[in-house]
Amino acid sequence: MTLLSAIRSRLVILIPYVWLLFFFLLPFMIVLRIALSDLEYGSPPYTPQFSLSDGWSGIWDKLSTLDFENFAFLVGDSLYINSYLSSLKIALISTLFTLAIGFPLAYGMARAPDRIRPTLLMLVILPFWTSFLIRVYAWIGILKQEGLLNQFLLWLGVIDTPLEILSTNTAVYIGIVYSYLPFMVLPIYSALDKMDESLVEAARDLGCTRIGAFWKVTARLAVPGVLAGCLLVFIPAVGEFVIPDLLGGSGTLMIGKTLWIEFFNNSDWTVASAIAIILLIVLVVPIVWFQNAQAKAAEAGK
Amino acid sequence: MNARWSWFNITSVVFGFAFLYLPIVLLVIYSFNESRLVTVWAGFSTKWYGELFRNQGLLDAAWVTVRVAFISATVATVLGTLAAVSLVRFTRFNGRTLFTGMVYAPLVMPEVITGLSLLLLFVSINFARGFWTVTLAHITFSLCFVAVVVQSRLVTFDRSLEEAAQDLGCPPFQAFMKVTLPVILPAVISGWMLAFTLSLDDLVIASFTSGPGATTLPMKIYSQVRLGVTPEINAVCTILIGVVSVGVIIASILTKTREVQRQRDEQAAFAQ
Repeated sequence: MTLLSAIRSRLVILIPYVWLLFFFLLPFMIVLRIALSDLEYGSPPYTPQFSLSDGWSGIWDKLSTLDFENFAFLVGDSLYINSYLSSLKIALISTLFTLAIGFPLAYGMARAPDRIRPTLLMLVILPFWTSFLIRVYAWIGILKQEGLLNQFLLWLGVIDTPLEILSTNTAVYIGIVYSYLPFMVLPIYSALDKMDESLVEAARDLGCTRIGAFWKVTARLAVPGVLAGCLLVFIPAVGEFVIPDLLGGSGTLMIGKTLWIEFFNNSDWTVASAIAIILLIVLVVPIVWFQNAQAKAAEAGK
Repeated sequence: MNARWSWFNITSVVFGFAFLYLPIVLLVIYSFNESRLVTVWAGFSTKWYGELFRNQGLLDAAWVTVRVAFISATVATVLGTLAAVSLVRFTRFNGRTLFTGMVYAPLVMPEVITGLSLLLLFVSINFARGFWTVTLAHITFSLCFVAVVVQSRLVTFDRSLEEAAQDLGCPPFQAFMKVTLPVILPAVISGWMLAFTLSLDDLVIASFTSGPGATTLPMKIYSQVRLGVTPEINAVCTILIGVVSVGVIIASILTKTREVQRQRDEQAAFAQ
């Protein structure tokens, strides 16, 4: 390899590497720094605890005096604790609902005749390209008091008075399940699609019932897809902002919304940063899990 | 897997797709509603579309959004392709674990965190917020999506073709441009389109990183949606859905025919 091409191959790594270091990793360091700072009104509304101009010795001096008062504040105030817990609860329940709807859909797609499968796959991917905001907005017109769902149910005679769905947690569940359904369907579909149908036949031949064969063979082989799908739904759902803001009510506590309010309405950058850090700590285990699964899948592709 | 397509399978597919598409279909239908009351049908009309083209604020926002999406998708595609090549070709280098982490993490990172952290970066380096900060933010999160899309194509690419070109005297960089790039081009193009739509859609990161004079279309739509459902928003959404759907369908047909052609060429090259 000549020197020139050696430099070129270094650059291939270096350019995206440096970009991500500067625009992805460094910002997190700054968030952490600000989370440990004191709030001061002005712009920017915080007093940095340490800055790079102090040099390393300066940083060490300051490190010993760092305060965790923003974190103590978060722990002390039940609003934040409740936001975290309720985000986790909402994300978990929505993930289970998404699985309950997504699995039969993916299963049905995988068993569809060859000729229509590409079209079905395309139809699942298409909503993913359509704006998230628009898809959430579409539900407002359906779920509100004088909305289409209530009109329909009243017309059917199922209910006498309109149901109150918009501005409740139910609407948030519907919104999350709807928005994240393709993320659940795609990994499950690709796991089922690769499956060898003769395995199920073998199980049947060996005396398994249809349901038994499904549980013992199909469901087991779908596990990696189900896990990937659940993580792809659960992780972003925990930090979701748009859905609880537009479909949820004032009683809907979600941490993404709390962070947004602290930042945009209360201009409290230090508390917003502390919320972000804790949210990250909560999500770090599922994120690392997801990354490993991704990396493994990429290696397996070789 | 492809056995009998039972009634249960058909029902779950039909219900699944009804759930996915009904809300969008209703939104499109009601954009042609005569009445200002969105949920009461009062006859067919296209007047809300006419109204849109007189709304200067909305048109400005649309123009900003398209420019941001175009620039950020293009830069993200270059960087994302480089990142994918690094991940697939260089299996050992210092800090590879960190690099892999930084490529995959933004895929699932809650947007509020990405938005907040980038804003704080721009503030601490005193970078004036506006058009360029939104563009830089969009490049950063969409380059990871491009990297994943290109990577999945690159791992299945037979490297011996590129090595053959090098054996015939082609320098590595040219061999990549002449042999590898044409093969992975469909993935690069779909990566660009993904980056473009991600940027077109993004509300949260844009809200954090934007400044005066750089209101994007999702920010504009969001501020109006908060005040309630209006037929104008239905009309904007319908146009956006139409543009994206037509783009995606055309692109998928194009890449499919290209892919088939490429595979044939690759096989032919081996057969010789």
